[in-house]
Amino acid sequence: MGDIEGQIYILGDDINTDDIVPSYILTERDPNEMAKHTLEVIDPNFSQKSTMRSIIVGGSNFGTGSSREEAVNVFKILGIKAIVAKSFSRIYFRNLINNGLAGIECDWEEGTFSDGDKVQISIDKGIIFNKTKDVKLKFKKLPQFLKEILDSGGILNQVKNKLK
Amino acid sequence: MSFTIAEKVLRAHSSAEEISPGQFIEANIDLIMVHEQLGGRIHLEYEKLGIDYVWDPNKIFFILDHWVPAPTINAARMHQDCIKFAEKYKFVHNMGIDKGICHQVLPELGFSRPGMLIVGSDSHTTTYGAFNCLSTGIGATDVSVVFATGQLWFKVPESIKVNLHGRLNKGVMSKDFILTMIGEISTKGAIYKALEFHGTGSSWLSIDSRMTVANMVVEAGAKFGIFLSDEKLKSWLSQRTNQSYKFVKPDEKAEYEKELNYNLSNIVPVVAKPSNPGNIATIEEVQGEEIDQAFLGSCTNGRMEDLRIAAKILKGKKINPKTKLIITPASKEIYMNAIAEGLIEIFMNAGAVVTHSTCGACIGGHLGVLGPDERCISSTNRNFVGRMGDPTSEVFLASPATVAASALTGKISDPREVL
Ligand code: SF4
Repeated sequence: MGDIEGQIYILGDDINTDDIVPSYILTERDPNEMAKHTLEVIDPNFSQKSTMRSIIVGGSNFGTGSSREEAVNVFKILGIKAIVAKSFSRIYFRNLINNGLAGIECDWEEGTFSDGDKVQISIDKGIIFNKTKDVKLKFKKLPQFLKEILDSGGILNQVKNKLK
Repeated sequence: MSFTIAEKVLRAHSSAEEISPGQFIEANIDLIMVHEQLGGRIHLEYEKLGIDYVWDPNKIFFILDHWVPAPTINAARMHQDCIKFAEKYKFVHNMGIDKGICHQVLPELGFSRPGMLIVGSDSHTTTYGAFNCLSTGIGATDVSVVFATGQLWFKVPESIKVNLHGRLNKGVMSKDFILTMIGEISTKGAIYKALEFHGTGSSWLSIDSRMTVANMVVEAGAKFGIFLSDEKLKSWLSQRTNQSYKFVKPDEKAEYEKELNYNLSNIVPVVAKPSNPGNIATIEEVQGEEIDQAFLGSCTNGRMEDLRIAAKILKGKKINPKTKLIITPASKEIYMNAIAEGLIEIFMNAGAVVTHSTCGACIGGHLGVLGPDERCISSTNRNFVGRMGDPTSEVFLASPATVAASALTGKISDPREVL
């Protein structure tokens, strides 16, 4: 997988799936319409801002809550390329990788990132480079098993090949 | 080699000879539960595979529960998509809209048995751990993988042994225990771990109470929450299924990441304050806080034991006239039993609105949605911002006893004082 570059959007601890896709919009049939409501209970302007930001940096227990995969899909629709967090909730992490969206676990300290910083992530090397602050951070590389899912662009592509 | 329950069950379902925490394996799934998510993302994802079959239509448990009967046109259309899919792929176990909430109905019908590996399109699929099996929630893509192949990748979890001693005091429920535990270990305290419940304290707990605990382990981040087997479970299962099963015991020398110890007789009524299930306060700290609504229901606490204790508290009394009390039995079976026992009459006489069995208010979907700034005390499992309605509304999580006691006064109240 090549490097991922972009500006970051900062979020706190315990961002849950109801924050990302509120229950009241879950029955919406048009995914693009649903994406407009992404994180609106935290930041009503998130979906507009996200055109400028392609990387999310969150705190611990990111994606806690329900199994709704909409909470991954809306980020994909909005062009988010990677989510960095101190830790992820289990189902959310699976949903990210299964959908080919990089979930990066990195225990960053306060001050390492500010909203809008430009960063470059090397998945293969396990390094995040904050260009704005000129700081490099290491993270634990993804196990081969998960990297292969990411590299195939999501697990359904792998399943398709297996079924052939 | 010695194994925990999680290790044993995963090993029995995979071709891996040895198994240890951190290892990735492919496991064969015994049963998959799907609800409205089928008409959400699942059917869209599955179409991408371009196949016209599912691996085993007999191993799929399909139910509509979140928005039944449909409160909006979008919900109705979602149901139409679900039903179309279930017909196209010839699902054998199609429960329709009238049975109740997935995590109650599936065990009631004997589908969760010791030693099984069950997944579901819902994070509270962990509930079935009360039946000595492994069960956990997955997203739409994982569901599609299982539909197509019958298998799923797992990372073998480390296990935490939770030793329970003693018995709960009067007016204190297993909900108070699990909330207390989540408060202590935090909502990230068990991420990716299997919690194994041991000790004489857990055998004192009724099956209903165990389901509440297993239901909420996911609020601490856990992958599985598993109870050991005992006579109580055996007799429960004998009324629910004639399929064979084998209890799973952990090996004596099984390795645990750590052990936690709780004496249930020390647990007191607690609530989770807005807006995080780990934000725990004792009843003393919050009593007197005014509430607009009290909700008793959901897959966490909408069972007979929950309705019975609420009826005991409400019998012959009237709730605070300014407070709305909404009661939603977790399944049709429970609803009918509650009618037979006269509980529904007690609730209605006390001023409660009793609804049919659905997720309803728990997810802010219908039948009790909160308006701006409204505060609710609820027997459910999540109190996130906007979970039960308007983003400015607030939810306090509590036991059914605390919910009922609070409905009487219109303020958060200690159930021990009215029992
Ligand atoms: S009752 Fe609530 S927590 Fe349980 S399955 Fe329904 S929405 Fe989810």
